[in-house]
Amino acid sequence: MIIELTVNGEPVTARITNPGSLLDLLRDELGLPGSKNACEQGECGSCSVIFDGELVCSCLVMAADAADSSVVTVEGVSPDDGLHPIQEAMHRAGAVQCGFCTPGIVVAAVDLFSRNSRPSSTQIKEALAGNICRCTGYGAIIRALETVAMGAET
Amino acid sequence: MHPNSIDEALAEMGDGAIPLAGGTDLMVEVNFGHVRPERVIGLRRVADLHEWDGPKIGAGVTWRRIETHGPKALAEAARTVGSPQIRNAGTIGGNLGTASPAGDGHPFLAAVDASIELTSAASRRTVAWREFFTGVKETVRRPDELITAVHLPAELPEKQCFGKIGIRNAMVIATVCAVVTRADDGKTTVALGSVAPTPVRATGAETMMSSIANPTSSDLAEFQRLVSDEVRPITDHRSTEEYRRHGAGVLTRRLLERCLA
Repeated sequence: MIIELTVNGEPVTARITNPGSLLDLLRDELGLPGSKNACEQGECGSCSVIFDGELVCSCLVMAADAADSSVVTVEGVSPDDGLHPIQEAMHRAGAVQCGFCTPGIVVAAVDLFSRNSRPSSTQIKEALAGNICRCTGYGAIIRALETVAMGAET
Repeated sequence: MHPNSIDEALAEMGDGAIPLAGGTDLMVEVNFGHVRPERVIGLRRVADLHEWDGPKIGAGVTWRRIETHGPKALAEAARTVGSPQIRNAGTIGGNLGTASPAGDGHPFLAAVDASIELTSAASRRTVAWREFFTGVKETVRRPDELITAVHLPAELPEKQCFGKIGIRNAMVIATVCAVVTRADDGKTTVALGSVAPTPVRATGAETMMSSIANPTSSDLAEFQRLVSDEVRPITDHRSTEEYRRHGAGVLTRRLLERCLA
């Protein structure tokens, strides 16, 4: 089955193997390995993408259901040269250990800040409740995002 | 298949077709190789299922919307469903379709005596929650039917509280979840999940508490004991029968206290 969708602003045509997930499509067919494949059950958040404007786990979206949708992956959040301010802040704060959860956390944080430019610590923690860091580096991640919230223009 | 209307979706039902709402249950089964569906009917684009008109909640309404717009105890339950990612995808109708004993939305529907609308190409019926659930992940839905809406009563109890016991604060499947409601005239309802194959009401505790205008601490203790006695939990990988029985009593007593406060 061939589907058309928009990924990171670019129209793409992809062959899908039923009943695979959007995550498989992104990684295996479209060469976008930023979204990670870990738990495959929506627990860990490492495959988070923005799907038609909503933060979701791409492992739980059936690829066929992504036809005609618009998807933003971690590859799509940063400018061509350099990093997104959230990535910058995480880099500065040492909020990356093994790095496996990082893309999902960046996407979840981009989604949070798109709706709330000055989230409180509690709001940051709630927004990241679906992203697990097995290095348990949450403190640095939350501190990094707090610096983004503090620096946000009102 | 991507129908755009309920009628288009219904025309495709049957012949082993599996309706797909948010995917948060079905795709786990697919990813782990437990299910290999031949025909899937994606309901994401069926606009009618997203409609929410007062007491009628379309089956495709997500937990995210319920979290921000639902009646108090249902919104509280929605806030504990999975994570933001899961709440953006998962729907109230999908929760009912899966009919897990631990479904976070079920106790509210049981507590307020909601009913579930089932539609096939030939007919439409509305069944009470009590008839809808028939066992662990089993319901009266026929293969040719879609869950199209949830009907709440027009009037909801003034006081209503949801609570959940689990091993983490976020992203957790309930060990026990419950809703307690109390109306101005004292009528009390108590509904629980994860303590039986289907959601249940603790009718003995309800009857006892509904007749007491100002419960004393010994009334509350008796209420807690009745709830613990009435539930029929099992021991499984998530908890033990004893812990669930105890937790059911403590949780519903605290929810009742919140309603009385």
